[in-house]
Amino acid sequence: MSAHANLERRRQAIYGWLLLTPALALLSIFAFYPTIATLWTSLFSRGTRRNPVEFVGTGNYADLFADPTFWLVVKNNLLYAGVTIPVSIGIALAMALWANGKIRARSFVRTAYFTPTVLPMIAAANLWLFFYTPGLGVLDQIGSLFGLPSVNWLGQPETALWAIIIVTIWKEAGFFMIFYLAALQTIPEDLKEAADIEGASRWTYTRRIVLPLLMPTTLFIAVNALINSVKLIDHLFILTKGGPSDASKLLLYYIWEMAFAFFDAPQAAAMTILVIAVLAVVAAVKFSYLDKRTHYQ
Amino acid sequence: MTQAPFVRLMDVAKRWNGQLGVEGISLDIPEGSFTALLGPSGCGKSTTLRLLAGLELPDEGKIMIDDKDVTTSAASDRNLSMVFQSYALFPHLSVEENVVFGLKVRRVPKQERKQKLHRALEITGLLGYENRKPGELSGGQRQRVALARAIVAGQRLCLMDEPLSNLDAKLRNSVRKDIKKLQRDLGITVVYVTHDQTEAMSMADTVVLMKDGRIQQVGAPEDLYNKPVNTFVAEFVGAPPMALIGSEAIDGFGKGKTLGVRAENIQIVPKGEGRLSCTVNESEFLGSETLIGLAHAGAAGLCVLRPGLAMMSEGEEIDIHFNNEHLHVFDAAGQRQVS
Repeated sequence: MSAHANLERRRQAIYGWLLLTPALALLSIFAFYPTIATLWTSLFSRGTRRNPVEFVGTGNYADLFADPTFWLVVKNNLLYAGVTIPVSIGIALAMALWANGKIRARSFVRTAYFTPTVLPMIAAANLWLFFYTPGLGVLDQIGSLFGLPSVNWLGQPETALWAIIIVTIWKEAGFFMIFYLAALQTIPEDLKEAADIEGASRWTYTRRIVLPLLMPTTLFIAVNALINSVKLIDHLFILTKGGPSDASKLLLYYIWEMAFAFFDAPQAAAMTILVIAVLAVVAAVKFSYLDKRTHYQ
Repeated sequence: MTQAPFVRLMDVAKRWNGQLGVEGISLDIPEGSFTALLGPSGCGKSTTLRLLAGLELPDEGKIMIDDKDVTTSAASDRNLSMVFQSYALFPHLSVEENVVFGLKVRRVPKQERKQKLHRALEITGLLGYENRKPGELSGGQRQRVALARAIVAGQRLCLMDEPLSNLDAKLRNSVRKDIKKLQRDLGITVVYVTHDQTEAMSMADTVVLMKDGRIQQVGAPEDLYNKPVNTFVAEFVGAPPMALIGSEAIDGFGKGKTLGVRAENIQIVPKGEGRLSCTVNESEFLGSETLIGLAHAGAAGLCVLRPGLAMMSEGEEIDIHFNNEHLHVFDAAGQRQVS
């Protein structure tokens, strides 16, 4: 190979690495290294004055699996994810289909739907705190008009998690709608016309054409929603603090509690690793299996 | 062909918030004919087609298809098929699913669906591509899928909205012939929108030339070419278009009229013997002939054809001659005068 071609190749390689470096550095410092450090921490016992840190292998994980609170939190989180993900996606899709149609005040509708997403989490949580407050809250006020008894939505184990679920759906649906709206606008108008001429009803068109074409977006949203469902913590701080009696405690909140309230960093690390493992599996399924079955334009 | 018209538009108008759509469109289309709606962009030809398809509803007028008033019917109730400019294929469905989409929607039994699919793919030469997605096909193949989808249901009326405009020139020629043959073999009625006069002239039995939302002339291709009703038609139809000369420039025609003459009827004659002297301003070699563009103060679009390679230098002064029988006379408003 001639000298200048070699030089050109090296130049290209350097160029490539230069482009790669910022992301690589940031990811290494703030994602890869903490992950490995967490994994490492999770394999050791908590150091106290009497018992120095020692290698316990999967001991922390065994403790975790024996902890009933952990299972309660997992169950809560599964219920939370199992309800919020499909419901918020469903509502987002319905709102997007509507806001994409030829309706009056379309931009107003879009903005209104998107507002919850723009609000800071803490502010939104305080807003809902006001809605849910027994006696004074909007919900109770409306209820009392119909003679319903006052309900402490956030204060009783039966309703606390559901109250959180509703706040999340309210917050996420508008956000997801924006993605659907963007995707809907990439579907050419003439597909609808072609389907019309072929005699397809609005429902057939939606089911056979629109939904499959929205699949990439749905997939993207679903993965995001799943990640969000284990990421929720700020609402809990304001609304319930995980209570009453752990009824509304979710994974991240429990991890935080474990690490900074009970100061059991290894346990928290073990739990973190489990969450990462589950999310990694989900991401792998998405990128390998579902992607192949989805039509990308 | 003296049947009752299969498709009838009566005084149809469509306006978009003050902007002009189409106005006063009346048209009779016999069954089994090939009608081309021709015109520059924005002339309302696509709007006319969409009104016919039921994708738009007219503000005024009546539309009849096969003796039924379909003015306000939904597109699906008009028993027609359509080929879109962009083909409008469903990108996530295979060729087979695209073609039988309408049959499935209309609940045609599976066996019949299979037969019709096979026949449509056979006609369009797509056998063996059943399982491909549109994204895996070439432009020409996609175009044929759109055609297959249009003919599979056996509708008697097929609308085509510039179906060839996304193909390259060579393919366009062959597909043009294919579509014409398809229309004849199946005996279907085709209404075809195009801005390309070569397409319209070579395929259609009847050409409808439109401008600014109104029909200018309806007729066989040779009528439009030989007897343009106004100066717009004269200038639009034919390549090169008809030259228009102010009547003052030529003796014996008075003032205020416009005379049209086609390039093939103009001869170059020795200096001093012609009816008009002009300056050469361009030479274009077309292969079998050379097109000489001429400039004259009182005329527009003058040109003359010379056989073979016969370039002339720019700025050369020449005299031209033409016979009165080849002249088209238009009055001051641009309308053809009966001679």
